[in-house]
Amino acid sequence: MSTRTVEYAVSRNPEMGVDGRPVQVPTLPAGMEPDLRGEHMLINIGPQHPATHGVLRLILELDGETVVRCTPHIGYLHSSFEKLGEYRDWNQIVPLTDRMDYLAPLIYNCAYAMAVEKMMGIEVTERCKVVRVICMELDRIFSHLLWLGTTAIDVGAFTVFLYTFQERERIYTLHEKFTGARITTSSTRIGGMMADLPEGWTDELRHFLNTFPRTLDEVETLLTKNNLWIGRNRDVGAIDAETAINCGFTGPNLRAAGVPYDVRKDRPYYDYETYDFDVPIGEHGDCYDRYLVRMEEMRQSVRILHQALDRLPDGPINVDDPRVILPPKTDAMNDMESMIHHFKLVMEGVKAPAGESWFSVESSKGELGMYVVSDGGSKPVRWRVRGPSFVNLSVLPTLVEGHLLADVIAINASLDIVLGEIDR
Amino acid sequence: MVDVSDTAMPSVEGGTVVAALRARFGDAILHHEVQAGDEHVVFILASRNVEILRWLKEDPDHRYDLLQDITGVDYGGGRPIQVVYQLWSITHRRSLRVKAELPLDALEIDSATTIWAAANWLEREAYDMFGVHFVGHPDLRRILMPDNYAEGHPLRKDFPLRGRFSRAEQTRRALDFSLEDFYTPADLELAGLRPHADALNPPAEGKDAGAAAAGDGEAADGAPDGASR
Repeated sequence: MSTRTVEYAVSRNPEMGVDGRPVQVPTLPAGMEPDLRGEHMLINIGPQHPATHGVLRLILELDGETVVRCTPHIGYLHSSFEKLGEYRDWNQIVPLTDRMDYLAPLIYNCAYAMAVEKMMGIEVTERCKVVRVICMELDRIFSHLLWLGTTAIDVGAFTVFLYTFQERERIYTLHEKFTGARITTSSTRIGGMMADLPEGWTDELRHFLNTFPRTLDEVETLLTKNNLWIGRNRDVGAIDAETAINCGFTGPNLRAAGVPYDVRKDRPYYDYETYDFDVPIGEHGDCYDRYLVRMEEMRQSVRILHQALDRLPDGPINVDDPRVILPPKTDAMNDMESMIHHFKLVMEGVKAPAGESWFSVESSKGELGMYVVSDGGSKPVRWRVRGPSFVNLSVLPTLVEGHLLADVIAINASLDIVLGEIDR
Repeated sequence: MVDVSDTAMPSVEGGTVVAALRARFGDAILHHEVQAGDEHVVFILASRNVEILRWLKEDPDHRYDLLQDITGVDYGGGRPIQVVYQLWSITHRRSLRVKAELPLDALEIDSATTIWAAANWLEREAYDMFGVHFVGHPDLRRILMPDNYAEGHPLRKDFPLRGRFSRAEQTRRALDFSLEDFYTPADLELAGLRPHADALNPPAEGKDAGAAAAGDGEAADGAPDGASR
């Protein structure tokens, strides 16, 4: 067998000759100063890349391994939800909302219903309020768990992913028992919920709340004082409080930078002011603080959920208002008045009086604003979603500048984005 | 919807900022209404938006430091498009909605990017969806729709739900892409797929010299076919 000779195409590099030695050719036109910072390189991450958490595409200009410029491109998942909403009546929009943030669908269902109810001046029942608080806090844990698992994978710790996804699976089961669906829950209606909590659901939730913090403790032992985890996260992607506010950061990202802004505390809805919970605040605004804040938020959500279960009142879950809520089936079959309400609601949909409302809740990713405008018809003139991930992602170029390429992955993961909501 | 005169304010907090705005900017504050019980909406003159917004952000009595949202509303029927600024003051825990109306034949308003960095993407989205030009925006490109999208601005009421082109035409356009649709000219130049425009006429300063050299080198070696378009 003869030895094979391989010739490397070194001549592709304009600075090297065929023998691999540098050749002295003038690379710049006469009279031009050389760029002493060295040649920049362009690399493309995504849109199909596991560490972009969806279909995010980043174009990075690198100097060696340092990021000089980062240009995010979004819109690959654009589904035009806001336009679709203008062709649907108020209740038909609910299924669109959970498809935006499929990591915390119940929060989006609730936020949308709350915005429309505020515009229409509907006050939901006490039981509905507590049920929605349960939904929103449960999905905060749900979303933070996914963030925790995938972020750990992104920086090389695989085990955590298995731990958190086991817990998520239990929340999926709770979703399924309550709403009939695991991700696309569509659980709210204007004026109430699609259904009341099923028998025994609260006991299962209580069991989850009692056992889940143990997993959190285990994850903490794996990560919080782990040298590699600290090395990858501490002082990476830091942002100061003033810049964070100016850039529109909200949620755990803003709180990690030391700003105690939480919609649940600052503009309480659904009696959040009567729940006893703390808002964790970071001080450095780096990836490590964002991790600590989210870990503590999960524990606080467990606290809120315990209190909500304790106070869960009996009574109807839907408002007693024939304009918005379908009558019980037996009434619709036996009573002419209810039959008419049923017919009108099904055929025409809920009618909202002319007006508008901008309502925001504290979603798992930041401040989720829903802006609804009605002209008095059964379809919205405008339904706008202020996605927290959208605004948080717009800060990414500022955060990654000057960091190493590997840090881009860690920083992007620490922002906790979901592309379904960014692209809408 | 409640139209509120200067004398009867249902909410003191929102009322003070409106009174202060009227005292300071006079005619630039067109009118004020209260929506959904407690949401104060102030309509302002579009030509003075930056001045008013900057004052709202920087005045110590108000300090609307968090820009929550910039979006548009099109009521259809040839009515003006509203540009909506949703503000929140972290210091004073107050919100305010500021609206400016733009007639359909003059969709131009000054950019708020000089006041809040958060305005950057929000304005790009409003431009993409409504065609509102934000004058002075550093990078006013489409953001959700592709750069080569030719059917208009989707959230306008005159835009049909399924788009203007037939499905076949939409598919053909989607497949018939060029590199320019996916990379900016600066990116293409850096990747060596497009010779630097200045390589032919060297600029007085050597600012882009490195990029120019890289462009020349790669181009001499034969750029991929896709770049020859």
